[in-house]
Amino acid sequence: MSDVSGTEAPEADVEAEPTEDVTPDPHALDDRHTELVERFGTELGDAVLDQASVFGMPVVRVRRIEWRRAAEVAKGALDCDYLCFVSGIDWMPAPKEGGDEAGSDTSAPVQPQEVTYGAAGSDGRFQVFARVQSTSRLWGLTLKADVDDESLLVQSWVPVYPGADWHERETWEMYGFVFDGHPALRHLYLPSEFEGHPLRKDYPLLSRVVKPWPGLVDVEPMPGEGDDAAETTAEASS
Amino acid sequence: MSTTNPPLPEFDIDPRAFRHLADAQVGVELDTGDMILNLGPQHPATHGTLRLVVRLDGERVVSADPVIGYMHRGYEKLVEFRTYPQITTLINRIDWLSSFANEVPFIDAAEQLMGIEAPPRAQYIRTVLTELSRISTFVLFLGEMGLQVGALTPAFYGFRDREHVLNLIEAATGGRFHPNFNRIGGLKVDLPWGWVNDTRTAMKTIFDACDTFEDLLVGNEIFEARTRSIGIIPPELGAAYGVSGSNLRASGVDWDLRRDGKPYLAYPDLDFKVWTHPDGDSFARYWVRLQETREAARMVLQLLDGMPAGPIMAKVPRIIKVPEGEAWVETENPLGQMGYYVISKGATGPFRVKIRSASFSNVSILPWLLRGVFVPDVITILASLYFILGDIDR
Repeated sequence: MSDVSGTEAPEADVEAEPTEDVTPDPHALDDRHTELVERFGTELGDAVLDQASVFGMPVVRVRRIEWRRAAEVAKGALDCDYLCFVSGIDWMPAPKEGGDEAGSDTSAPVQPQEVTYGAAGSDGRFQVFARVQSTSRLWGLTLKADVDDESLLVQSWVPVYPGADWHERETWEMYGFVFDGHPALRHLYLPSEFEGHPLRKDYPLLSRVVKPWPGLVDVEPMPGEGDDAAETTAEASS
Repeated sequence: MSTTNPPLPEFDIDPRAFRHLADAQVGVELDTGDMILNLGPQHPATHGTLRLVVRLDGERVVSADPVIGYMHRGYEKLVEFRTYPQITTLINRIDWLSSFANEVPFIDAAEQLMGIEAPPRAQYIRTVLTELSRISTFVLFLGEMGLQVGALTPAFYGFRDREHVLNLIEAATGGRFHPNFNRIGGLKVDLPWGWVNDTRTAMKTIFDACDTFEDLLVGNEIFEARTRSIGIIPPELGAAYGVSGSNLRASGVDWDLRRDGKPYLAYPDLDFKVWTHPDGDSFARYWVRLQETREAARMVLQLLDGMPAGPIMAKVPRIIKVPEGEAWVETENPLGQMGYYVISKGATGPFRVKIRSASFSNVSILPWLLRGVFVPDVITILASLYFILGDIDR
C-alpha cells in the first residue's frame, strides 16, 4: 500500500459509496476532516502508508521510522495540540480455546482464528496507535504505525507531547514496545518485579487459569446431591 | 567622657561560617539536604490510593513523582473475555462517581458498529442521567474543595446536596453508584412515574446549593489566598499533557466535546454555555466547576421540557454480535474527555478496547505542576484537579 498517495485515498472512500447507496455512508469524513487528511498527506508525503475513515474519524497509518515526525507534523502544521492517548494493538488471535494456555475457559467470546487487520491495515502482529486532536480547529486524527516483531522499537513521542510519558510507560509494560527516546521506561501500573506483557494476546487471563469458568465449580453441592455432600452431612450428624 | 557607645567592630565574616559551632553545642548536625515525603497511598487528600513521592527542600517541593497502579484492575484485558452486554458492568467501576456517564461512550461505540440508533426518548433520558452524574460529581467536589483548605462546613453541604441527585439516579436506574442502565439500542426501563417532577424540584435544590457554595467559599479570604495563582496550568502545556474537561477550560481553552465534538446524545438540541476562566489556577478550576454545575442543572430542566415520548429500546437482535470494524467514541464526562476505541472482529465480545480515561491524563501533569510549590498547596492542587482513582488506574 506504500504507493497510495496521501490525497487520493479519502476522496475515493467518500465519493465512491454514496453513489451506490441511497443511505449516507456512516464512515464519510466531513469537510473539516477531509482537509485535515489532505494536509497531513501533503506534509508527510511517502510516510503515509494507508488511510481509512471509521465513522467520520480519519485513521492514518504511517511508516515506523516517521512515527515521531508524524507527531511533529500533527502538532506543528495541523494544530493538533491535544494528546488523547498512545497505546498498542496485538493483532494475533488469542490461542485457541481449550488449549494449554486458556485452561478450560468456555465463557469468553470466541474470536475468529484467522488474522485480520483493522482500519488502514497492518504489516505484522504489533501496532502502536495514538490519537491527537486540536482544541482550536476541532479536528482529530488517529495514527497507527507497525511495530517490528523482533526489535519492538518505536520512536517516543515525549519530545513532542510531554503527556505521552505515562501512555508510553503503560504501553511498554502492557505490550513490551520499547520507546526510543523515552526518559525512563518504568512500570506504571504493575509491580516492578512483574514479568510478561499482559495485554498481548498470548498472555492468558490468569484468574481464569487459576479458577476455571463457568462458575459451576464454585457451587457447593446441595445436601444429598453428590458423594462428598453425603459424607459431610453424615459427619455432621454423627 | 563620651556619652555614645563606641562603634561596634565590623566583621566581614559570613555568620553562617559559625553555624557548626552552634550545632556542636547541642551535638546535632543540621541536615539541610532534601527530604522525601511519602504522600499516600492512604492519605485523605489523595481520594484513594494515589501515592506521591515528594522530594522537599524545606517547605518547597523539588520534585513529585506520582505512583499509581494500587488499584489497577486491568479492564482492558478483562473486557476481551466478556460479551458486550457484560462489559457495562465493568466500566461502571472506572469513574465511580459518574458511572452512568462511563457507560454512554462504550454503548454508543457498540451501537455505531451495529448500525443501531437508540430512539430519541432513550437519548434524552441518557442525556439527563449524564448531566445528573455531572451534578452529583461536581457538588461533591464543590464541598470537598473547602475541606482541603480547612473549611469543614461545605463538605457536609456537598454530601447532603449530592444525596438529592443520587436519589434521583437510584429511582430511575435502581443503582445509586453503579446504574448499569444502558443497553445496546436503548435503556433498561422507562422513567418511573413522577420522576420528572421530582427532578425539577431537585434542580431547585442544586441551584440553592451552588449559591451556598459561592457564598461560603468564593470571596472568602482564606480560600482565595489558598487557591488564587496556585497550580497554574498553561493552556498549551495542559493540552499537550492531555488535560481535559473543566481543568482545561479553567485554563482558558474553550473546548467542550458536548458542543465541539462529533454530535452525540441530545446535546445538539440543547442551548447551553461553555464556561471558561482565563487564570488556570486552582481557583479557576473551582469556579468553572461551580458554573458548570449550574449549567448542568439548567440543561436538565431544558431536557425535561423537551423530552419526547416514544419507545426506549430500538430493535436489537437477541444475541448481540457486533460486526467487524473499529469505532472511536469520545464524550465530555464530568472529569474530562472519556473515550473508547473499540475494535471488533465480529464476535459477541470485543477484540480490543482502548479505554481513554480523563483522570489518567489529568494527573500525568502533576510532576510538572507540583514542582516548586509549597507542601500545603500540594493538597489544594490535588483537590482542584479532581480525579477519581478508578479513573486513573482503570
